[in-house]
Amino acid sequence: MIGSSLQGLLSGSIIAGTPLLYATLGEVIGERAGIINLGLEGVMLMGAVVGFSTTVKTGNPALGVFAAALAGALFNMIFGFLVIERRANQLASGLALMFCGVGLSALLGAPYIGSQIKGLNEIRPPILSDLPVAGPILFHYDILVYLVLPIAILVWWALFYTRWGLSLRAVGEKPTAAFAAGKHPYRLQYQALFIAGLLGGIAGAHLSLAVAKTWAEWMTAGRGFVAVALVIFSKWHPLRAIAGALLFGGAIALQLQMQARGVPVSPFLLDMLPYLLSLGVLAVWGGARRHAAPASLGQVFRGTE
Amino acid sequence: MNIRRSSNGFAFLVLLTGLIMVIVFNLTGTSSAQPKLKVGILHIGSIADAGYNQAHAEGAQVMKKNLPNIELIEVENVPEGADAERVMENMIRQGAQLVIPASFGYLDPALRVAKKYPDVKFEHPGGYKLAPNLGTYWASTPEAFYLMGIAAGKTTKTNKLGYVVALPISFFLANVNAFHLGAQSVNPKVETRVVFTGTFLDPGKEATAANALLDQGVDVLGVIVDSPITVVQSAEKRGAFSVGYHYIGVQKFAPKGWISGIAFTWGELYTRFAKQVMDGTWKSGALLGDLASDYLTIAPFGPGVPSAAVELVNAKKKEFISGKLNVFQGPIKDNKGVERVKAGEAFPIAALGKMDWLVEGVIGQAK
Repeated sequence: MIGSSLQGLLSGSIIAGTPLLYATLGEVIGERAGIINLGLEGVMLMGAVVGFSTTVKTGNPALGVFAAALAGALFNMIFGFLVIERRANQLASGLALMFCGVGLSALLGAPYIGSQIKGLNEIRPPILSDLPVAGPILFHYDILVYLVLPIAILVWWALFYTRWGLSLRAVGEKPTAAFAAGKHPYRLQYQALFIAGLLGGIAGAHLSLAVAKTWAEWMTAGRGFVAVALVIFSKWHPLRAIAGALLFGGAIALQLQMQARGVPVSPFLLDMLPYLLSLGVLAVWGGARRHAAPASLGQVFRGTE
Repeated sequence: MNIRRSSNGFAFLVLLTGLIMVIVFNLTGTSSAQPKLKVGILHIGSIADAGYNQAHAEGAQVMKKNLPNIELIEVENVPEGADAERVMENMIRQGAQLVIPASFGYLDPALRVAKKYPDVKFEHPGGYKLAPNLGTYWASTPEAFYLMGIAAGKTTKTNKLGYVVALPISFFLANVNAFHLGAQSVNPKVETRVVFTGTFLDPGKEATAANALLDQGVDVLGVIVDSPITVVQSAEKRGAFSVGYHYIGVQKFAPKGWISGIAFTWGELYTRFAKQVMDGTWKSGALLGDLASDYLTIAPFGPGVPSAAVELVNAKKKEFISGKLNVFQGPIKDNKGVERVKAGEAFPIAALGKMDWLVEGVIGQAK
């Protein structure tokens, strides 16, 4: 029983952590380019609703994921227009985007509430999924779970080992310097937000197509904000984001597992566990300068006139 | 007299006949169709949630079908508070004479609007306050949960049942307790594990909670959140059984593992309300139905339920209706070992709102 609980806890952490990780990776890219996006929740909701409705209409969840990613990216372009083109305040624009996403997704999703979908299939690779302990923990998932680690590594590689990543980070640190070096801060920021939107959309689609297999209004229930917090938690690093998302997803799974096991602790207290854990880690890690935020995060680049 | 003397007697006759025809036509017109009634209904969420809201919405549709001269003004996703007041006033301005604010949290806004419009009638579900023109209706659910427990206790193979519940609210605790007592009455080895998600709507968390219970070997899942879809589907996916709540048509999400469900079928009750308002016999009151009422229904049983269990459920239902059986018949201990109901006594249904404990055999924390 202990074995199956541990197994359940680990697979529960992975499933709960996956949408968080997609969203966090997107936000890491955006913030590395100097843009903090509090509208991630809205982007995820757009992904969730477009992914779900596309799947209902076509019966093809893969197409749903594709549409969700595109919807997230396009929706994030509204934010891009506001903060890059119009140089609006990022925090205010982000919150506006979030509420806009909540409302728009509710409107678009209303006809699909209560619809039934098959959702993303579990893929169980032969031999691997039959391994005694590792099989059920590691190889009983949908495609988006398998893809999230390679994507995290890809983001890490792109940010730290490519010229594009270097330019992007330069824009986030000191846009004037990047501009002087012949880079295009605006173009790079748009690119960063587009990719962030793709990942945010996929995060929402994973929730509606794989985890819950349903659409409900505001079904992200704050996960977009958790992802913004996880970026700080992971100190703007894609690989640390893996640990952050797993830890947070794990805390959610753990508290529900503890209830199911009958651990005599108040459910109200257990519900706080993920947040207490976050506070604890932040308190321990603190704000060490070595992993501080991009220097120009949240600031508006006004060119070098 | 003048007219009779005139040569226009014929014209007069024609006019008179016409007048009579118009009157008769009007009379038949009004007698074949009773006075039109506008009914306003507010929902807290979507009417396609396969849960709480859909049950109310389908009730309104049945009422409309029963009384074709009813005009329905229906608004979804109305937040509780000032928005609800505005929507209700708007309905009244459109001519609504009966308003059904179909969420617990609409109670205070409805009372305020009711005071302002004493001629409009209000029927609010599950409330605890009344006004001269605001009545309340609900049905006592523990008996139905007890019956579901019987079916679950007879169907389970692992002797482990599970409940995913939004919050540890007294009425929900009472339902889970009743479910467990029902299961225990037919299967002494059974245990019921309960997990609280802390929210009425977070399908992602509901899926994780359902899986956590299934990981513990639970093979029957029940659910008390806004929409049962996620939990019922999670159970079906892993080959477990499920029990629904609120809406009658949840079975399609679990064709194999469906046991049954407790469903509210408000249609006939709403029809009665509307008729009473139309003929002026409506009176404010607190209506609490039970298994004998036509608005508390046991949903059709799924294929995996043994027929003996179905027969037993039907037999026990009759015993509840005749008053022979009481859900909370002592002695009852809570799951901390404290005696809550003494032998020979029964927990009063009126005190259900104060039930803050889980019965022995339920694994979970009530607070």
